[in-house]
Amino acid sequence: MSDLTRLTLADAREGLAAKTFSAVELTQAHLDAMTRAKGLNAFIVETPDKALAMARASDARLAKGEAGPLEGIPLGIKDLYATEGVQTTAASHILEGFIPPYESTVTANLWRDGATMLGKLNLDEFAMGSSNETSYFGPVVSPWRRKGSDGEISDAKIVPGGSSGGSAAAVAAQLCLGATATDTGGSIRQPAAFTGTVGIKPTYGRCSRFGVVAFASSLDQAGPIAKTVRDTAILLRSMAGHDPKDTTSVDAPVPDYEKAVGASIKGKVIGIPKEYRLDGLSAEIAALWEQGVAWLQAAGAEIREISLPHTRHALPAYYIVAPAEASSNLARYDGVRYGLRHTGKDIVDLYELTRAEGFGKEVRRRIMIGTYVLSAGYYDAYYLRAQKIRSLIKRDFDLAYQSGVDAILTPATPSPAFALGEKGSADPVEMYLNDVFTVTVNMAGLPGLVLPGGLSSDGLPLGLQLIGRPFEEETLFSLAQVIEEAAPKIGLPESWWG
Amino acid sequence: MSVDLATVRRIAHLARIRVSEEEAPYLQNEINSILSFVEELNAVDVEGVEPMTSVLPMTMKKRADVITDGAIVDKVLANAPAREDGFFVVPKVIE
Repeated sequence: MSDLTRLTLADAREGLAAKTFSAVELTQAHLDAMTRAKGLNAFIVETPDKALAMARASDARLAKGEAGPLEGIPLGIKDLYATEGVQTTAASHILEGFIPPYESTVTANLWRDGATMLGKLNLDEFAMGSSNETSYFGPVVSPWRRKGSDGEISDAKIVPGGSSGGSAAAVAAQLCLGATATDTGGSIRQPAAFTGTVGIKPTYGRCSRFGVVAFASSLDQAGPIAKTVRDTAILLRSMAGHDPKDTTSVDAPVPDYEKAVGASIKGKVIGIPKEYRLDGLSAEIAALWEQGVAWLQAAGAEIREISLPHTRHALPAYYIVAPAEASSNLARYDGVRYGLRHTGKDIVDLYELTRAEGFGKEVRRRIMIGTYVLSAGYYDAYYLRAQKIRSLIKRDFDLAYQSGVDAILTPATPSPAFALGEKGSADPVEMYLNDVFTVTVNMAGLPGLVLPGGLSSDGLPLGLQLIGRPFEEETLFSLAQVIEEAAPKIGLPESWWG
Repeated sequence: MSVDLATVRRIAHLARIRVSEEEAPYLQNEINSILSFVEELNAVDVEGVEPMTSVLPMTMKKRADVITDGAIVDKVLANAPAREDGFFVVPKVIE
């Protein structure tokens, strides 16, 4: 049998329906690939027994003609989603050993539709990071490698991006057919760009946040990472939907996103925001962006230059709003009800020692910043001002959409992936700049999709981002499919990871 | 704006995170680096702008005020680092 891990999710669905192979065979092929790829550190916990049990149940339903839309499809789950009976850590020491007695709504939706769980994927601790280097369980390594000017492949370890680094690396290395991810400032889209995969952060409220470990509740949103535009569309349909357990989830029907894949984009108006042409934007990123414009134009889209004047304030405002919400959300980790406990002489001592030991450096830093900007005397100067700037950022997008723009095209990241340890060790802000193109989308609650557009001069993937109107993910899938078909196929380097 | 060492210690206590004497100056530098990064926001004209409260217009759904959960003491306590007789155990709080 040919290698089943090379299939797309859509191909696998067809093969299962045609009984070319079984769900057990498909799942086993991925479990074997995971065993060989331990060096990537993509999984925190592998659940082979559960995966095979679920696959056997899928085979039974397939045989009876009762298959769900994702029947027998093996997926990886970001370890930010609570999974009943399976350790859920948010990649933090403070939650090590935590076994949720409940299931997140998004994963429950996936199992309802027949998917099987391969394991829990590594991430930046509490989803705070852009390189997957802040995980308590060690960094994830990208399957991609740099090519030198002499054409030689370097063995320097490359980051998969973050925070959904495990999700992106596992999909890119063909350890799963798709993965769940989450995005607060770019955590689905930046890793997708770094690994040559496709990721979508849907509109705020499209997916339930119930059972997803909270980082910044007004920005967090669940979404998929997969190999193709069609595969992400298939996954999002199952993940999305109203949930009474999340009051911010939207009670609106979920469209069949797959139908939008391949639809004509003739006459669609694509905005090109001039503020995204940053000073010092690299020539290859600029060239990729122009190429993206040309692909959409060739398919009949109309290109229009637009202005989003408050763009440059989005990242600084994000680094007030997100830590503020995080400091509040992470107050629950107190060493009393679950997770790590460091016993102290009194209750305050217990809290302080537990949290100092349980949280990593980046998480402690963000909680401190958040505590400061919310503290008496500073709330108005920092937090309230940032929320006003957020209104201005959203208004920029509203005006562009009111003027007739259907979607916006931008680069996904200011650079290709970098090597482990290369960024942010001296100054945390250096790492934060990774999210300069993605963070505006969270601040305005919009959908954003990232897909590969080509390779950098050193042989690493580069991504393009499409930003849509609220709840118009379908437009993004149609536009992305055009780019996917036009873009050069980027191939992974020969497997070195096993 | 920047923070001094005393402020770093005060924030750490508010956040209930123990910060050692050696660690405090490093944290001070990092926090100041982030604060100087967000400093440019002071130049933005926000006169008359409403602070964002909800990113998309939506009315919050309210469910009926009835008991929907409960009688799951074992589940609630299952992950507790210390428990006794159906309670979480903590060091003595009241003298």
